[in-house]
Amino acid sequence: MGDHHHGPATGVTRWLFTTNHKDIGTMYLWFSFAMFLLGGFFAMVIRAELFQPGMQLVEPAFFNQMTTLHGLIMVFGAIMPSFVGLANWLIPMMIGAPDMALPRMNNWSFWILPPAFLMLASTLFMEGGAPAFGWTFYAPLSTTYAAPSVTFFIFAIHILGVSSIMGSINIIATVMNMRAPGMTYMKMPLFVWTWLITAFLLVAVMPVLAGAVTMMLMDVHFGTSFFSAAGGGDPVLFQHIFWFFGHPEVYIIILPAFGVVSQIIPAFSRKPLFGYASMVYATASIAFLSFIVWAHHMYTVGMPVAGELFFMYATMLIAVPTGVKVFNWITTMWRGALSFETPMLFCIGFLVLFTLGGFTGLMLSIAPADFQYHDTYFVVAHFHYVMVAGAVFSMTAAVYFWLPKWCGRMYNESMGKAHFWISFIGFNITFFPQHFVGLAGMPRRIPDYALQFADFNMMSSIGAFIYGASQLLFLYNVIATIVAGKRVSDEKVWDGAEGLEWTVATPAPYHTFEEPPLVPKPAGTI
Amino acid sequence: MASFRLSRAPAVDTALKLLVVAVAMFAFVFVVMVPLYNVLCDALGINGKTAGQAYTAVPAVVDESREVTVQFVAIKNDGMPWEFSPGVRAVRVHPGASNGVVFHAQNPTDSDMVAQAIPSISPSRAAAFFHKTECFCFDQQTLASRADADMALQFIVDQGLPQDIHTITLSYTLFDVTNRLSEGLAAR
Repeated sequence: MGDHHHGPATGVTRWLFTTNHKDIGTMYLWFSFAMFLLGGFFAMVIRAELFQPGMQLVEPAFFNQMTTLHGLIMVFGAIMPSFVGLANWLIPMMIGAPDMALPRMNNWSFWILPPAFLMLASTLFMEGGAPAFGWTFYAPLSTTYAAPSVTFFIFAIHILGVSSIMGSINIIATVMNMRAPGMTYMKMPLFVWTWLITAFLLVAVMPVLAGAVTMMLMDVHFGTSFFSAAGGGDPVLFQHIFWFFGHPEVYIIILPAFGVVSQIIPAFSRKPLFGYASMVYATASIAFLSFIVWAHHMYTVGMPVAGELFFMYATMLIAVPTGVKVFNWITTMWRGALSFETPMLFCIGFLVLFTLGGFTGLMLSIAPADFQYHDTYFVVAHFHYVMVAGAVFSMTAAVYFWLPKWCGRMYNESMGKAHFWISFIGFNITFFPQHFVGLAGMPRRIPDYALQFADFNMMSSIGAFIYGASQLLFLYNVIATIVAGKRVSDEKVWDGAEGLEWTVATPAPYHTFEEPPLVPKPAGTI
Repeated sequence: MASFRLSRAPAVDTALKLLVVAVAMFAFVFVVMVPLYNVLCDALGINGKTAGQAYTAVPAVVDESREVTVQFVAIKNDGMPWEFSPGVRAVRVHPGASNGVVFHAQNPTDSDMVAQAIPSISPSRAAAFFHKTECFCFDQQTLASRADADMALQFIVDQGLPQDIHTITLSYTLFDVTNRLSEGLAAR
């Protein structure tokens, strides 16, 4: 084994020029945490205004900017980059590769993100304000009637689309070409599988989003009429194009989260994942089905009945492979030797709450019923259950699980458990009442509401403040761990953890698997 | 595909092929999705859109046994200052017969303006059975300052209109396209 290892460079330029997957993963994770706190702050503004009926704190136009930016930053700045960061850290180690396939492109994938979000956040200070048309930016509200900042919004989206596409190309190239000898596809950890499939989804649909915003740019600046009825265009066309991206996008958000849960639950059940092959096929089925259900976001737009029925049946069908996965996680736990450290708590919370979100998703999929639910808080409750209690809980579990491997120090377990319970309780107080106000008729995206919704809105806001505060506890725990946590030196930090990343030293050396490892035992299979 | 290589390193090869896919998906939006949307709206007669060109009438027997009410709605798009109203609110017609109505438009401003009327039919299913042989919506309409005009619409309701449809509502939205005349320049 050659011994020409050098440690990392020193100073700021280390981070600017690094091509090391661990460094880049770290940068993605910190960036996404910062975006999570920023997007969360905007949510606090929203919930503070909605705490009571009437307008107390902000103008309606500014409120709309808050809801729009909250959505954009959480989806594109917090959730997606956080899972890319996880992919960067873990995929090479999990497949026994020394780094990603294209390390310099990897650096660029990350470094274009901060300028893109700076541009997006700076729209708050521009004439006319930030985008205020909702994160789904339907035309013509986002074209004919948009503030001048829409141009910068479009540029920001272009940039983060390029970042995602480059990152996904890198992940596919890495997984397809750099697995250690003996690691066949059906021996890869589930986290690698889910990211491989997610990366294909990203390569397919991020360009569609780019197309949609390019058409918007052309309508705004070059006199075209893709979405303008005046010139013979059609606003409904925008919805089809956007949701053709938008639906696979939400599976892009959740599939890596599924992969994380599939790694952590077996570790704390001290049992291999149940039904490895069916998990792979279920993930692939979900990804395929995600392309043919987009119009369930558009049931009320005036589609003929045949169209409504097709999309309803296809959407209901996705519940089947998803159910397979949920049952497999539960079966993994069945008769396992369970322990309930913080990562496991977040995963069990995920199991329960994501499933609840899946149930409300099934309710929404019923086209005639959706005429009642569409554009109400019922939808808001649904997607926060699957995205926060789903994706964010999974990401949080991942951080607690792998942080000791990354930095060689253990986090404070009591603080971690406290973070879990406060998050769990705060989250449910925030979003459970939103189902009821939605069913009772409270619309989305409104800065003020009818008086009968007041009590549940106050409850929801209190829950939001609790949930928000507990993320600061998380931040403190992470920093305190890295700076002064109790040192861990076992390779296998958790006694039930399996996989190649748990065979390298703790903390993981700057370069790992410069020689490919032997793959003696299938990782994560029965 | 396995024997086609773009570069020496297999990983770079994979990456370049995926880049081609990404570019193809971008093109797919413009070249497939937009035209497909318009083709399907036309072919299936959905979305309440009527044809943008005049319908060539064929000689046919008028269905005297049935009467359909056609209502007219005139809407001005946000900021459009013209007066715009239908000559009659509704007519009762026999499928197969040719009918004519007018819409009044008046430009109350100090400058010459150009308008475009965009039609929409409700229920959407009726759009495929509503034929316009002459319509002011086929062209942009110019009105000098303070001028007014009676704009003509000639239409035929097809005999094949489903039996359960008794009323068709034709709505026009009038847009100000004075500044849209030149290609490539926008008034923003």
